[in-house]
Amino acid sequence: MKYSRKNQARKNVRESSLRQAKKQTKIAGGDFFDKLHAYRDVHAHALFSSLGRIVAEPFNSIMTISVLAIAISFVSGFHVLAVNIQQLTEHLDASNQISLFLRDDVSDAHANKLAESIRKNINVQNVKVISREDAAAEFQTYSGFGSAINELEKNPLPIVLQVLPKKSLEDKRGLEDLQKEFQQSPEVDVAQMDLQWIERLRSIIDMVKLFASILNILLVAAVLLIIGNTVRIELHNRRDEVIIEKLVGATNSFIRRPFLYAGFWIGFISGISAWFIVTVLMLIVRQAVEKLSSLYGGSFHMLFLSLTDTLALIAISSLLGVLASWTVVSYQMHSTKLKKQVRLQK
Amino acid sequence: MIHFDAVTMRYPETGDVLRNVSFHLRKGEIAFLTGHSGAGKSTLLKLITVMERSSRGRVILDGQDLGLAKEHQLPFIRRKMGVIYQDYKLLYDRTVFDNIALPLVIAGYGHLEVTRRVRAALDKVNLTGKEKKYPLALSGGEQQRVGIARAVVNKPPIIIADEPTGNLDPELSAEIMYLFSQFQQVGVTVLIASHDISLITQLNHRVLKLDHGQLVTS
Repeated sequence: MKYSRKNQARKNVRESSLRQAKKQTKIAGGDFFDKLHAYRDVHAHALFSSLGRIVAEPFNSIMTISVLAIAISFVSGFHVLAVNIQQLTEHLDASNQISLFLRDDVSDAHANKLAESIRKNINVQNVKVISREDAAAEFQTYSGFGSAINELEKNPLPIVLQVLPKKSLEDKRGLEDLQKEFQQSPEVDVAQMDLQWIERLRSIIDMVKLFASILNILLVAAVLLIIGNTVRIELHNRRDEVIIEKLVGATNSFIRRPFLYAGFWIGFISGISAWFIVTVLMLIVRQAVEKLSSLYGGSFHMLFLSLTDTLALIAISSLLGVLASWTVVSYQMHSTKLKKQVRLQK
Repeated sequence: MIHFDAVTMRYPETGDVLRNVSFHLRKGEIAFLTGHSGAGKSTLLKLITVMERSSRGRVILDGQDLGLAKEHQLPFIRRKMGVIYQDYKLLYDRTVFDNIALPLVIAGYGHLEVTRRVRAALDKVNLTGKEKKYPLALSGGEQQRVGIARAVVNKPPIIIADEPTGNLDPELSAEIMYLFSQFQQVGVTVLIASHDISLITQLNHRVLKLDHGQLVTS
C-alpha cells in the first residue's frame, strides 16, 4: 500500500514534469512564430502608417509629389526621346556610298558615258545613274511636296551618279581620296559622301544624348534633395515621438523604419505620376508625329515606355526615395544624439 | 543594481551639477531621491537612463559600466528600466493602448502577448476600459497612470520615477506608492525622485538627499 502510493506520487511527478515540458516547447514554438508575426506587423504598420501620413496632409503631399513627378518625367522623357531617335536612325547603315551631283548642262548621254568610265575605276564596285526624271518621280513620292514640282517650268533636279566603292576601300582616307578625285572632274558639281552625313547626324545625336545625361544627373540629384528635405521636415515634426521611442529602448533601425517607408512611398507615387505625365504627353504628341511621318513614307511608329522601362522607372524612383530618406535620417540621428557627451579634460 | 561610484557631472555652461556622488541600490530596494529644485535630481536620473554620461566616476547598472556602453547597446540598457516622467512623455496621436504597447512593440513581442500584457498593465493602474481613448481625453492623473503602465508593461528589473505623484491627489498618490512597493516585493529596484515631503516621511523607505550636487543623506 505504502509502496504503491509512493509509486503513484512518483508517476504524478513524472507526468506533471512531462506536461510542463510539453507546455514549454509549445510556448517556445509559439514564441518564434509570434516574434516572426510581430516583425511582420511592425513592418506592415510602418508601411501603412507612413502612407497614412502622406494622405493625411494632401496639400503638402501633392505639391511635393508633383514637383518630383515632373523632374522624374523629364528623365524618362529623355529616355523615350533617345529610344525613338535610335529607332529613326538605326536603319541608316554606315553606307560608304558617294553621290555625284552633276552640273545642269550635262546631258543624259554624257552622264551615262561618265558612269561607264567611273565603273572602270579599280576602286569602284558599281555606279547607278539617277536621271532628272527618276529624281523628280522620287521627290514626288517621298517629299510630300509632290505637286510643287509640277508648278515649275523646268525640272530643277540634277542628274545624280550613285557610286558604290569596292568593299576593300573601307578606310576613310581612301574614300576621301576617291571623293576628291570625283570632285575634280568637270562634270561634277558636288561629290557628297553619304557616310559624312550619317556621321554628322550621329555626332549631333551623341551630343544631344550627352546633354540629356548631364541633365538627368542634375534631375536625379534634385529628386534626392527634394525627398531628403521632405523627410527631414517630417523627422523634425515627429521629434518628440523619436525621443520617446528612444527613451523606451528603440533601436536606430526601429526609429528609421517609418521614415524609410515614407521615402519609399513618395518615390513610388512620384514614379507612377511621372509615368502618367510622360504617357499622356506622348499620346498628345503622337498624332502630330505620326501624321508628319506618314507624309515621309510613314514607316515611323512612336515607341512608348515599355513594360520593362515602366517597372524600372517606378523601381528606381522608389529606390531614390529610400536612399534619400536613409541618408537624411541617419545623418540627423547622428548629429542630434540624445546625449551630449561632456568629458572633463584630464 | 544601481551603483554610483564617485560620480561628478559637469556642464560647460553651469559647472558641477553633481559632485562626487556615491551610493548603491540593491536589487529589490526602493528609495526616494529628494532635494531642492536644481539640486541635481534630474541630472542623476539622466545618468541612469544614459541620456547623459558622467564627466568623472562610474555609473554601473546591473553590472554594466554605462560610461563604457557603446551607442548600439543603449537601447538594450534602456529596456531594462521603466521610466515615469513628470511630463508623462506620451504620444498624443496614439491611443492609450498603443502608448502602453510601445515598449513591447519595440522589443518585438507578438500581437497576442502585447494585448495580454497591456491589459494586465491597464488593470494594475486602474485604467481598464480606457485603452481606446487618446491621452488628451484623459485627466492629468490618468495620463500619469498611462505613463506608469507603459513603464511597467515590459516587467523591467528597474523602475525610475521622476515626480510620479506631482499631478495626483493624495489618495491616488498613496495608491501609486502602494503599486511601487508591490513591484519592489517581486524584486524590482525602484528609485523615485520626489519632493513630496509628507509622502516621503509617511513611507519608511530609504532616502537619498541631494544638496547642491552633493549627496547629504543616503
